Amino acid sequence: MATTHTPVPLRDTLRARARRLARLVTTPLVPGDYLSILDPLGSSSDLRGRVEAVLPETADAATLVIRPGRGWAGHTAGQYLRLGVDIDGVRQWRSYSLTSPPRPDGTVTVTVKALPGGTVSQFLVHRLQAGTIVQLDQAAGEFTLPATRPAKALFVTAGSGITPVMGMLRDGADQLDDVVLVHSAPRPEDVIFGAELRGLAARGGLRLIERHTDADGMLDPGGLAALVPDLTERETWACGPNGMLDALQDAYDAAGSGARLHTERFRPALIAVGDGGTVSFTGSAVTADADAATSLLDTGESHGVLMPSGCRMGICFGCVVPLREGSVRDLRNGQVTSAVPGDGVLVQTCVSAAAGPCQLDI
Amino acid sequence: MTTIQKQANNPIAHLSAEDIERLGAELDAIREQVIASRGADDAAYIRRVITTQRVLEMGGRTVLLASRFPPAWFLGTAALTVAKILENMEIGHNVLHGQWDWMRDPKIHSTTWEWDHATPAELWKHSHNQLHHTYTNVLGKDNDLGYGIMRVDEGQRWHPFHLGQPLWNLVNACVFEYGIAAYDLELGKNLRKSRRGNPEFRSRVRQTLRKIRRQATKDYVVHPVLSGPSAATTLTANLTANFIRNLWSHSVIMCGHFPEGVETFERNSIEGETRGEWYLRQMLGSANISGSRLMHIMTGNLSYQIEHHLFPDLPSNRYQEIAPKVQDLFQRYGLSYTTGSLPRQVASAWKKVIRLSLPNDFFGRTEPAPASGSTPTAAPSTPKAELATTASR
Repeated sequence: MATTHTPVPLRDTLRARARRLARLVTTPLVPGDYLSILDPLGSSSDLRGRVEAVLPETADAATLVIRPGRGWAGHTAGQYLRLGVDIDGVRQWRSYSLTSPPRPDGTVTVTVKALPGGTVSQFLVHRLQAGTIVQLDQAAGEFTLPATRPAKALFVTAGSGITPVMGMLRDGADQLDDVVLVHSAPRPEDVIFGAELRGLAARGGLRLIERHTDADGMLDPGGLAALVPDLTERETWACGPNGMLDALQDAYDAAGSGARLHTERFRPALIAVGDGGTVSFTGSAVTADADAATSLLDTGESHGVLMPSGCRMGICFGCVVPLREGSVRDLRNGQVTSAVPGDGVLVQTCVSAAAGPCQLDI
Repeated sequence: MTTIQKQANNPIAHLSAEDIERLGAELDAIREQVIASRGADDAAYIRRVITTQRVLEMGGRTVLLASRFPPAWFLGTAALTVAKILENMEIGHNVLHGQWDWMRDPKIHSTTWEWDHATPAELWKHSHNQLHHTYTNVLGKDNDLGYGIMRVDEGQRWHPFHLGQPLWNLVNACVFEYGIAAYDLELGKNLRKSRRGNPEFRSRVRQTLRKIRRQATKDYVVHPVLSGPSAATTLTANLTANFIRNLWSHSVIMCGHFPEGVETFERNSIEGETRGEWYLRQMLGSANISGSRLMHIMTGNLSYQIEHHLFPDLPSNRYQEIAPKVQDLFQRYGLSYTTGSLPRQVASAWKKVIRLSLPNDFFGRTEPAPASGSTPTAAPSTPKAELATTASR
């Protein structure tokens, strides 16, 4: 151990010096700006990935096989991936659960269900071409199996809620002795990974309970308890609509087993768009109510926020601020721009008004 | 030209307040059409230009490693010059205008972009986007009118200092990027004793000096040293590339607002200005350059200066497409669309710089010769209108 101590700082120093020298060569850009022309996946600071294949799963779901570039730190099954893709020239970011276990070939998969009217999900399922370069973030999320596998496990999923669980099952099904999966989907053919799950069940890897809600109706906690009598004794992972998760949480809490339940919530894809709303200026700890006709710049300034500003007529871009969450409307054409948590959509505050609650990073 | 408000034949006297608002609405419609159709092709365009620029730059610099061989010097210098021109004109200027912000790509965004130029992007955005584009051609408000060192309008007061302005202009052309850095710092105003110590000004000076040092180190130290035995010739190559870019950008930018036919405006005329009136001021305060597609790209599409000033945040590759619609508006509203070839417009601007180095009545006349290249229109004018009521209110 001691022998490795001396060379490491020296190598780091040399590397830092080399990096500084390279920056002198390329200023005001960074070397990566040039190198990414030759190798889009080579940059470790700007993580990207190449879509190697788009594999249909059901009529409205597909699995994207992605090769992450240099700098990918790996993932744990059950985590999600934030993915940025250019659609009609505009970069759009969304989070999707990783459905692959860590694999020796270095590729990862996410599985996407096309939502009606979903800009990104429709694009990824129906229009995305193999070979496309996408922007990536490191995998994140706590919805994972513990290192010490539980003796009895239960997974409760609905619709695309199966995706993080599929990652876990692919990674650890053989290490789990007693696994039950209760999955709801409208019809048998809508079950994403249906064939694989049924195969796994047939081989005895898990007990699979499929609920086809078109015929059988929605499953409630009472119905679930009838199917899995010992459910609150099981370490449980649930992913699906918020209503289902809330009902489960109540049932587990009532049984005193709240700590056994792990949930993953997919944020609503559509944001309520109203007229005016509460604007939070997060960096300044200011919250203000704004109507639909008042610019965010005016709202901020009248509440004492130090807003950057310029021409105040939408031409100079001196006033742009990241929109972290919520919707704003362009006062010039009524066009609505929305952001979901994790985003930082830059908006011109002098010509934008609140279109529902929103958070600005200033 | 005398400010529009003081001209005997006011070129906008025939327009009523309603006409001007209707004109504004028509321009808004043109803008909306472009915004509605922005998409993947536009994004591909700017990425292609950026990639071309970077390949040219790195290719040029690689060839210059052997610059002591004259063919390598010529080839490398040519590639580097073109790359540097593209970087400032079609890429830097337009990205910093926010023309590509809609792509939401943090790598091509007005708030993150830094350019290959002596002045830091942040300072330039303030003086250019906020001041020049808002107060275009308003005497006393738009410092781009002569950059504070020249008199380019009869309405600007003559001072003996202006006798030397053909020389100032030539010197400025040769070192243009440093001229812009000094301009963005408002050195003329801020070097006065009372302002010199202002901490905000001092911090901006430090910011600019840091930028200049990094830029100069790259072009005049690092790359020459990397060229080893070709160090001296790589140094002359980089000096040449920067010099030619200075001359080129100075010429293109002079053509934007200085040629004959471009109108200027009184300071009080923009009080309470409507959107329509603002548009009208941009239409009359700018001049285009005609030429080939390559020429438009090399000017950063500032050859469509009129369209750019109307819609500074629309992607530059779209100006060409809307130019006929804008020209049609000029025609229908009886206004002059000033345009001409590059040599002609550069000559026109230089003539003005030379003529106005002397007092207005030096040759016994105050009005300049008819505008070169202006589209003559049958604009009815109100004789002896002393103030354009439409424009001043």
